[in-house]
Amino acid sequence: MTPDDLQAQVAGFLAAHDPKTTDRLEFLRARYDAGLAWVHFPEGLGGQGAPRALQPVVEAAFAAAGAPDNDPRRIGIGLGMAAPTILAFGTDEQRTRYLRPLWTGEEVWCQLFSEPGAGSDLAALATRAVRDGDDWVVTGQKVWTSSAHTARWGILVTRTDPDVPKHQGMTYFLCDMTAPGVEVRPLRQITGEAEFNEVFLTGVRIPDTQRLGAVGEGWKVAQTTLMNERVAIGGNALPREGGLIGMVSKTWRERPELRTPELRDRLVQHWVEAESLRLAASRLRQQLTAGAPGPEGSAMKVAFSELNQKLTGLEIELLGEEGLRYDDWTPRRPEKVDFLGREAGYRYLRAKGNSIEGGTSEILRNIISERVLGLPSEPRVDKDVAWKDLPR
Amino acid sequence: MSELPTPDLLYSEVEEDLRASVRDLLTDQASPAALLARVETSEPYDLKLWKTLAADLGAAGLMVPEELGGHGASARETAVVLEELGRSVAPVPFLGSAVLATSALLAAGGSVAAELLPRLAAGELTGALAVPLSTAPGAAFPATVSVNGDGTLSGRAGTVVDASVAELLVVPATGPDGPGLYAVEASAAQVTELVSFDLTRRVADVELANAAARLVVSGAAAEAALDNALTTAAGLLASEQTGLTEWALTTTVTYLKGRYQFGRPVGGFQSLKHRLANLYTDLVNARATARYAADALAGGFDVPIAVAVAQARVAPIAVHAVEEAIQLHGGIGMTWEHPAHLFLKRAKSDELAFGTPGRHRARLADLVDLPA
Repeated sequence: MTPDDLQAQVAGFLAAHDPKTTDRLEFLRARYDAGLAWVHFPEGLGGQGAPRALQPVVEAAFAAAGAPDNDPRRIGIGLGMAAPTILAFGTDEQRTRYLRPLWTGEEVWCQLFSEPGAGSDLAALATRAVRDGDDWVVTGQKVWTSSAHTARWGILVTRTDPDVPKHQGMTYFLCDMTAPGVEVRPLRQITGEAEFNEVFLTGVRIPDTQRLGAVGEGWKVAQTTLMNERVAIGGNALPREGGLIGMVSKTWRERPELRTPELRDRLVQHWVEAESLRLAASRLRQQLTAGAPGPEGSAMKVAFSELNQKLTGLEIELLGEEGLRYDDWTPRRPEKVDFLGREAGYRYLRAKGNSIEGGTSEILRNIISERVLGLPSEPRVDKDVAWKDLPR
Repeated sequence: MSELPTPDLLYSEVEEDLRASVRDLLTDQASPAALLARVETSEPYDLKLWKTLAADLGAAGLMVPEELGGHGASARETAVVLEELGRSVAPVPFLGSAVLATSALLAAGGSVAAELLPRLAAGELTGALAVPLSTAPGAAFPATVSVNGDGTLSGRAGTVVDASVAELLVVPATGPDGPGLYAVEASAAQVTELVSFDLTRRVADVELANAAARLVVSGAAAEAALDNALTTAAGLLASEQTGLTEWALTTTVTYLKGRYQFGRPVGGFQSLKHRLANLYTDLVNARATARYAADALAGGFDVPIAVAVAQARVAPIAVHAVEEAIQLHGGIGMTWEHPAHLFLKRAKSDELAFGTPGRHRARLADLVDLPA
């Protein structure tokens, strides 16, 4: 399989399905069925077992033809986390049932992992699942669930055995978000938006056929999800001055009245950091493409969070009087996070989440120091204690 | 922003082989203990090591085309050598000779350069570029050396890197016909070694009094050749700084794994682990940024921005990394017997070499249109 082969396939597909005259959903379904959705997936599941590095070739060819995409940011959790986990641990029936509507965006997914008492310490989670015939009955509460209000399905980790240490005794499910007992409540954040949700699960019945992986193996399945989450955060190839730094630089150029020497030096420092980080992200992608994945991913996420926070803070200062205003405090329910679609105040506040979501910077620094640098791990006082006996 | 070529930010197999050879040599010949013993002797530079590196490993001729006796490689390979030299603060005149003097002559061209370059590439001749080590790319052509009516040179250049071991001085001088680059035998100049802040990199004052000189190139081409040398050196210095950063991180990690306090390895305390994770993050950034500068220099694209970004970003990272290494080593890090001070002195003087980070930021602001 070469880039040329794939380009020829895309050209053939486009000849048979003119994006200008084909219905969007019909187009996406056909693209999936042609094995041009995610080329590294197996045949029959939207792919053709091609190297993952060739996916950008396909995306670029479709984009150049003006073809509709599957709105990847709206369905990012499904694409980045649910899909690779279902592929790795799902039965044939599960893969066939879930992956196609996931990829076309007909079914949105959310991730029911974090709980009020188990964020960074995910393995401490308390949501219980109890076997009842062919079903499991689930009760508990999840939090920070983005997309829960638009999701048809959720990937869910639960506690099925409280009598064993916390990393054992967990089981992973695919949860129907329309099932009785699932209640999604908006969680309003510092931006004024309710981008995230709390999800209350009260006696929710989940058929055993919707279990992913073995009973008690939920932690192992969840690790696959989390590893894919961190890969996904590596992000897309940005051009120089792509993203936030480009936005602030544009303001600087267009608004000479805002400039001061002190702000200029800070802006240039951030510009340098953004460029350096962009290069580090390209280098990471080149390592992945060359088949030598580096451990840089966690470091990239820490650095991106810090830069976004500094840069959005600078943007407000730069705006002077305008920085004293906010665009809109109305509680909204966005389908996706759009950093560039709103104003400076929103960006500053939303960036506060960057160092918390997808692994806090503190946890990521632990990962870097322990798994990359080989430093001793944190003392584990909970390792051999049954979950039910842990202090909480 | 205009379209840029896709850079190659990885290391090729050839580059990894080169790295392995250089590292083997330096591990054998430039151990920290040997360096410490050497720095205060009458021979602070290891010229035997320099000959092996320059001639036997061919490191001095990497950027020189094959028809001029070099290896026809590029700035990318030279950058790999500098990473290793940074990791070991090896006491050799690589920067002055193989980078500065060589790239000035390469950019100058002409018959004098064609005569001298094969000897520099072969390691037979050690060169130096007679400008202060702090001179930044884009600086005005120096006016401290003049061309006399009889073609000899008079004047001085201060804090010239590696001049005290050079046989050949490449001297920018201004005469009635404007700027020129001249080749001067070091024996025709008075070279006075200075006490250098950086114990493993020597600087000297160069005095010229009616010194015999040969014109290499004149006019705008001389200015361009000088700027090319300074730009190349500034861009490649980021690789040396990456090597310093890597040394600081790996040495400190090793130390903190073995140092016990309060009944456990100090490296297990989270406050220290997080500082090391931050150094790792910096190293990832430094390496990508330095690789980009080397690739841009090798490919001749985006050079001014790549070099300004590299020096603005990587120089402070190296200084911070070694400062952290000293702090995290505790008392031993502050002693003369531990080699950390050699790396700190190198990192801090590298921050001044070829323009400070602030100066590179100011230059970058103009290059990328962030006006005052």
